[in-house]
Amino acid sequence: MKYKAVTLEKINKFYGDNQVLKNVDFSVNSGEVVVLIGPSGSGKSTLLRCCSGLEIAQEGDISVCGQKLLNDGVLLGDDELNELRQDVGMVFQSFNLFPHLSVIENISVAPVTLKIATKENSKKTAMALLEKVGLANKANAMPANLSGGQKQRVAIARALAMKPSVLLFDEPTSALDPELVGEVLQVMKLLAKDGMTMVVVTHEMNFAREVADRVVMIDNGIIIEQGKPDDFFTAPKHPRTQEFLHTVLNA
Amino acid sequence: MGLDLDFTPVIESFPALLDGTMITISVTIISLIIACVIGMLIGVVRSNGNSVLSCFFNVYVSVIRGTPLLVQLFIWYYGLPRVGIMLPSFLCGILGLSLYSSAYISEIVRGAIQSIEKGQMEAARSLGMSKRQGMTKIIIPQAIVRMLPPLGNEFIALIKNSALISLITIHDLMHEGTNIISTSYRDLETYLVIAVIYFVLTNISTFILRSFENRQLKSQAN
Ligand SMILES: Nc1ncnc2c1ncn2[C@@H]1O[C@H](COP(=O)(O)OP(=O)(O)O)[C@@H](O)[C@H]1O
Ligand SMILES: [Mg+2]
Repeated sequence: MKYKAVTLEKINKFYGDNQVLKNVDFSVNSGEVVVLIGPSGSGKSTLLRCCSGLEIAQEGDISVCGQKLLNDGVLLGDDELNELRQDVGMVFQSFNLFPHLSVIENISVAPVTLKIATKENSKKTAMALLEKVGLANKANAMPANLSGGQKQRVAIARALAMKPSVLLFDEPTSALDPELVGEVLQVMKLLAKDGMTMVVVTHEMNFAREVADRVVMIDNGIIIEQGKPDDFFTAPKHPRTQEFLHTVLNA
Repeated sequence: MGLDLDFTPVIESFPALLDGTMITISVTIISLIIACVIGMLIGVVRSNGNSVLSCFFNVYVSVIRGTPLLVQLFIWYYGLPRVGIMLPSFLCGILGLSLYSSAYISEIVRGAIQSIEKGQMEAARSLGMSKRQGMTKIIIPQAIVRMLPPLGNEFIALIKNSALISLITIHDLMHEGTNIISTSYRDLETYLVIAVIYFVLTNISTFILRSFENRQLKSQAN
């Protein structure tokens, strides 16, 4: 089954006079893992945020799991948008855990608030997810007492609690100390193996090589090149891609 | 020219001062509660940007903050009857103090809400929560902790400002003191005793608020 999880068509996005996404066509198949790379300021975050309706592109169409999120620059109505967002998980560079809630409450607050599960059931689900990300022993800890890697794993569990069809990662390991990057990537690999549809913005080229079905290079708001990781990394075609890979891989 | 202090008249009238103190305490607490409700509402609306309501509240806050409390109290007490609204002085005092304080509290609320990192609301929204749910479940619980210290200051200010309601014939602590002076002519002694009572009130409040804040902090830090 190869239906599209996310489709962006002819997306133009401006901040004032600054055009950040330029006629972007981009789609993700169900079950696919796409790694999005590109220099800082090229529009990677903006592209992800458009997919979950956190930013509005002025022109173009976006569909998520068959439902129109953006129709010719017009965003879905509030209630429907909220519902659609349950289907699009987001993991942020800065974790954005809720500091006033314990780890398990961080995971269960949305399902309970949105009445998707009873309090009891959502706690059970949350425990199972904590198990999955290896943090069952931290269920009652407060976020402030976790390491960065632990925080990000909780954030992933929190996103998973909504049973999303797609998971978007915006530089999930960029804020981490190097020794904590591995544990987060490990969890992401596990999700990929489970068949989760994922779009990952990252500078971790080894992860891309190992896990991605497709690598997409965006530069200055334009998708300039994409391909299977093997081809992409061994023989990048575009000079900007070559230059970018050169700087990242020699960092 | 020795200083001839005589506290006897003040001490003899102490029951009256206590009655006045009770009035001061109750007016202040009632006003604070009303001010918190109004201030919360205005603060939340204003923190959400540019609705018509928020423009209206902007004007409200700048008018209230830009004019003396005493003038406002006189408008409620002496001005309203001219347009046919006659309120008992006690209500005028509560009205004046709570409206005045609500403007300051709304600024505290707005500041606290806006101090919460943008990513918090984004995380809530990305999980599918509505703006309102994000506000009530995620933003406000965090903002309240940041509001407590400035709200404490506002409460202290309210206790002290409440002395002005004596000028619209409410029998508060200040008013009872003035009465004692008018019969005994012991102004220095009376004002000193009143000052001490206000001082005790504000410091007891500070102490209670501090311990409350500490409990809040502890419960959040687990
Ligand atoms: N809220 C914003 N307001 C104005 N400009 C923005 C905003 N967010 C991002 N930009 C601009 O859009 C461009 C792309 O940003 P972003 O998508 O964050 O890039 P990346 O994630 O690839 O580093 C940058 O030039 C950035 O300055
Ligand atoms: Mg970015």
